[in-house]
Amino acid sequence: MTGMQVIFLINALVSVLAGIMLATSRKLIHAGLWLILTLFGVAIMFGLLEASFLAIVQGVVYIGAIAILIIFAIMLTRETMEESHGKRTRWILTSIVALITLAGILLALLTWPQSSSLTLPLSEEQQSIAELGLALVDPERYLVPFEVASLLLLAALVGAVYVAVERKGEEK
Amino acid sequence: MLHEWLYLAIFLAISLFIPAVAIGLAALLSPRKPAPIKNSTYECGIETVGPTRIQFKAQYYLYALLFLIFDVETVLLYPFAVAYQKIALFGVIEVVVFILILAAGLVYAWRNGAFEWQ
Amino acid sequence: MNLLLDPVNVIAEWLTRLMTGWGFSTGLVQFILFVIGAGVLSMGAMLFTVLLIWIERKLGGRFQDRIGPNRVGPWGIFQTIADMLKIFTKELIHPAGADKVLFNLAPILAVASVLALWAVVPFASTVIGVNINVGVLYILAVGGLGELGIILAGFGSNNKYALLGGFRAVAQLLSYEVPLAITLLVPVLLSGSMGMNDIAAAQNVWYIFLAPVAALVFFIASIAENGRAPFDLIEAGSEIVAGFNIEYSGLKFGMFYVADFLHAFTSAMIFSAIFLGGWQGPGAETIPLLGFVYMLIKTAVVYFVMLAIRFSLPRLRIDQMMNLNWKYLTPLALASVLLTAILDKVVPVSLMLVRVGVFLAGNVLLFLISDRLVALYRRGKEQERKIVSSPRPLAVSLLEPPAENQEVQP
Repeated sequence: MTGMQVIFLINALVSVLAGIMLATSRKLIHAGLWLILTLFGVAIMFGLLEASFLAIVQGVVYIGAIAILIIFAIMLTRETMEESHGKRTRWILTSIVALITLAGILLALLTWPQSSSLTLPLSEEQQSIAELGLALVDPERYLVPFEVASLLLLAALVGAVYVAVERKGEEK
Repeated sequence: MLHEWLYLAIFLAISLFIPAVAIGLAALLSPRKPAPIKNSTYECGIETVGPTRIQFKAQYYLYALLFLIFDVETVLLYPFAVAYQKIALFGVIEVVVFILILAAGLVYAWRNGAFEWQ
Repeated sequence: MNLLLDPVNVIAEWLTRLMTGWGFSTGLVQFILFVIGAGVLSMGAMLFTVLLIWIERKLGGRFQDRIGPNRVGPWGIFQTIADMLKIFTKELIHPAGADKVLFNLAPILAVASVLALWAVVPFASTVIGVNINVGVLYILAVGGLGELGIILAGFGSNNKYALLGGFRAVAQLLSYEVPLAITLLVPVLLSGSMGMNDIAAAQNVWYIFLAPVAALVFFIASIAENGRAPFDLIEAGSEIVAGFNIEYSGLKFGMFYVADFLHAFTSAMIFSAIFLGGWQGPGAETIPLLGFVYMLIKTAVVYFVMLAIRFSLPRLRIDQMMNLNWKYLTPLALASVLLTAILDKVVPVSLMLVRVGVFLAGNVLLFLISDRLVALYRRGKEQERKIVSSPRPLAVSLLEPPAENQEVQP
């Protein structure tokens, strides 16, 4: 059992546990904190796969921006310090659906022909972030998705400003 | 490269550990005499009235959302910045277009008063 | 001889040989070395804060035409230790209704986020915590951790004022992280790598000369990220009754202040690593200790400038701060990135002096244009403001009674 396998197992265990705690937390704000731990677990997963850029971007964007946004949303709603009660039947139905989905995914993974082969180690050229940068501005590779991403961000910006800013003379 | 991440993980763990140990030490050394007046919420010397909630202010959420959008944009620009030395002028023009689209979004937000603190 | 020139690596090699001699595997030896290195660096940073607080109080006193602490020990150097002893033994009050997890986690996160920055600062050409190839983004990620600590402090205190203060603090920090992230693109652009040691090593000409506008925006944004004057609305004692750390007492409160002081110095270190060439200087490649000395000198200069700004400028209001960030700094940061990107491709790298000259000219032009735009914008805003009423005299003379058709003005 190499060191990497140990780290992967610990990370997987912690992430799954954090996910379970996230779904079953009584207080909403604790669920927010468990979410941050889960996201951190994903970042470590990226690091283990030697995708350093993605790991750090996960930290910057997800933990540094999205998690704070979610915590803001939690705090700006009412009754966040109080506990939320869910009905018994709702719990059972949800867990059944989740189990079926999990079974389906596991089945799909196990019947996938490449599930038992190891991943190839990345070549030095493939690992560099410069390669990613070159691919993003190459017209034959990922330029169009790059520009479309900027349009998507623009749409999100316009939508957010339109919804959040009080129109002068209208009610909120 | 992996051992670099290991070092970072160790460093993060230690930097979380040191203040925890310091606070634990202070908890051991300090007296502990909880009294209802000491523990009550502070509000300029008068009693608190009403539950601890503040009014919903969309402005805070809007700032966080704007930050998220510009953060994602900046993160998308970093691979370009790393590969900059190898990119021709044409590639730079494409990225200029990217930045200009988002600058247009910034101008839109400015014009619609998103930056006025209500 | 070697020990004097490159002490850290020599000690590391000696320890490696010692432990391999004891029979440990190389993986374990590396792990132990990592733990020792990280521990020494973090403890050093924490202990350095003691000196830092004294320096700041003394210098602050001199700026404000007073002496500063001078009773406890010669020149008051033991003042901070006395303060630390006092804070360690104060009672840690746990306010009623405060969430235990949030309330206790917040100061730990605040200090951890600053300490974690020390892992990527290049102290010398061979001494750096770890030169990960995404060092610049790591700085941004760790900043997010600090903001999380503040919002948890505000929310976990079960106090309206703390919550309000926490929200305003996080709004300020989030907003100022945008120009910070954008201007960090410029050194990455010029050096072709995100690793901090690579950026420090690639500066044959300091980047502050190649991109002064970006350096200025980065400097202002990092002062705002620290929560220092003139952006210290976070700790404004007179406005919202001390903000998000109202309910904290004892060492938990002390931790927030340790984070504040240490963050200023760490920001100064990062600025000098990225824009002032870090450990570069005559003879620094061969003698790492000399590189460390250069780094310290540059950081000290930047830190002094930060302190000078702190003790000289009045505090900005929250709406002035947000205006400054979104309407001035962010467009300026975007413009400087565009300028640097286009200039470096359009003007081929021929002579070093010519290159520096072209960049400087471009930046000065950008600065002048933005200055003109700002002046125009302000003039436009002032013309919008109409005169509602002219000021009325407050006092009426009592000697002559008012005439019949004149009203007495209060």
